[in-house]
Amino acid sequence: MDAIKVETLTKRFEDVTAVDGISFSVEQGELFGLLGPNGAGKTTTINMLSTLLKPTSGRAEVAGFDVARQRDSVRRSIGVVFQEPALDGKLTGRENLEFHAMMYGIRKAERARRIEEVLTLVDLADKAAVLVEKYSGGMKRRLEIARGLIQQPKVLFLDEPTLGLDAQTRRHIWDYVKKLNREAKVTIILTTHYMEEADYLCGRIAIMDHGRFAALDAPARLKDVLGGDVVSLEVEGEAEPLLAELRTLEWIKKTSRHGEEIRLTMEKGERRIPEIITLAQALGITVSCVHLRKPSLEDVFLHFTGRTIREQEASQSDRNRAMVIGHGRR
Amino acid sequence: MGISWTAVYVLWLREMKRYVRAKSRIIGSLIQPLFFLAFLGLGFNRMAVPGMQAGTGYVQFLVPGILGMTLLFSSSMQGLSVLWDREFGFLKEIMVAPVGRVSIVLGRIAGGTTTTMIQGLLVLAVSFALGFRISGAPHLVLALVYMVLIAFTFIGFGLIFASKMKDMQGFGLIINFIIFPVFFLSGALYPLSNLPLFVRVLSYLDPLTYGIDGLRGAMIGVAVHSQALNLLVMGGSALVMLFLGAYFFEKSESV
Repeated sequence: MDAIKVETLTKRFEDVTAVDGISFSVEQGELFGLLGPNGAGKTTTINMLSTLLKPTSGRAEVAGFDVARQRDSVRRSIGVVFQEPALDGKLTGRENLEFHAMMYGIRKAERARRIEEVLTLVDLADKAAVLVEKYSGGMKRRLEIARGLIQQPKVLFLDEPTLGLDAQTRRHIWDYVKKLNREAKVTIILTTHYMEEADYLCGRIAIMDHGRFAALDAPARLKDVLGGDVVSLEVEGEAEPLLAELRTLEWIKKTSRHGEEIRLTMEKGERRIPEIITLAQALGITVSCVHLRKPSLEDVFLHFTGRTIREQEASQSDRNRAMVIGHGRR
Repeated sequence: MGISWTAVYVLWLREMKRYVRAKSRIIGSLIQPLFFLAFLGLGFNRMAVPGMQAGTGYVQFLVPGILGMTLLFSSSMQGLSVLWDREFGFLKEIMVAPVGRVSIVLGRIAGGTTTTMIQGLLVLAVSFALGFRISGAPHLVLALVYMVLIAFTFIGFGLIFASKMKDMQGFGLIINFIIFPVFFLSGALYPLSNLPLFVRVLSYLDPLTYGIDGLRGAMIGVAVHSQALNLLVMGGSALVMLFLGAYFFEKSESV
């Protein structure tokens, strides 16, 4: 069964179409990513799937329930970690979790057990009695992830789970997320505008731009679209005979020369390098340096949207500002 | 979906914890009524205020008014606290839980009413220390009924505005253009008979007028309207405001 099924889902705010007829499905146990710049419509999508916003048109099912008509059933099946902290700073960590567990109707004995469990999972057991306003950004995030797990959701939504965190905390959270998905078999949907994050965590990624999907596939497959890896060679002496020979090989898609350096585009570059070296040796040419670069999701984003994610964010900032002022939401 | 009493309880419990922990807020919200009582009450006490029944000291007259003011401010803030929750993101945590909106509204009303009543009773205690005297125990019960009805009315009022507003920007406007006029029109500080007719008409549209008049009747035995009328108006406004507050909260989008 699909954990999530979305058909031509659309959300229009007065003058802005934040989500523009997207369709996709996510299988149970998948770790699915929505990648895109700020203002691409990721958070609006999450808000619709988690019943906080009503779709303008189209439909969506989460855990088999319709997000517009069976809101309470959907709410019982999901956990959500919002982009901005949604904690009560005047309560302690444990009290925030207690509040949550009681809102979900979990009984006392079970409540205590699960709270200990999730606190241990995110390494906050020793800070549970501290007021949340005294927590660092990373601790707050971890507490929120813990909270999203108390009701043992079938589907967990993580909206920019590592936004604004330092590299070490980010790494920790990635590991939690992976572990959760693998061991607890929770279906996870996360949004991010960090390429490495999507690449490291997600089984499949949808690249979102202006409310639409520009592409949807496994990170590796998305990168394959670019035609593969770039292998650069530095050679001693005359490079031209080697280059001429290389041009005749059908698995090399592109060749170029920059002084002493030869640049080649191919799939599975790491498997082809020995072949290239052998060829050079046969021609009596010494290769002094080899460099292999795998295409990044940044390159993929550029390929599908025509711009880098950073440029995209710059150009959308005006649009976002209009949205924030007009509607107080993102 | 029925009412989830656990959810109502935990929302109430959260308000209590926040209230007890915000010591500066408690003190801050007591300072204003205290100043009013001390400076207006003691300053005007020996003066003859026109329209006031002979033999009633100004402090006696003023205390129910200041009590009403405390309840007005405290309960409106409680209703408007939805705005804070929206601002700090916590509203989403509440709204995404599998709990009916009715339970959430009830939890807020329960929490808001309790803290408002505590504030009111603290002001009353201070008034006793300043020489205020009530006329009898059954009257105190009636006074408590008025206090609860005032709290309900303005929590509902706060909820209506909080549901209609997306951010904190209109907040000052509400305080200055609605809550202060409601306070000044209510006759909390002086008998309404001193006001020109067209202002008095507005006063009679202000539910707090009847709340404070009812409190005066119950506490010092002096009232302009009959208790039946006061109870009817306050009961009606509490009911209508709570219903509207819950209705708009239910309709509002949570992000």
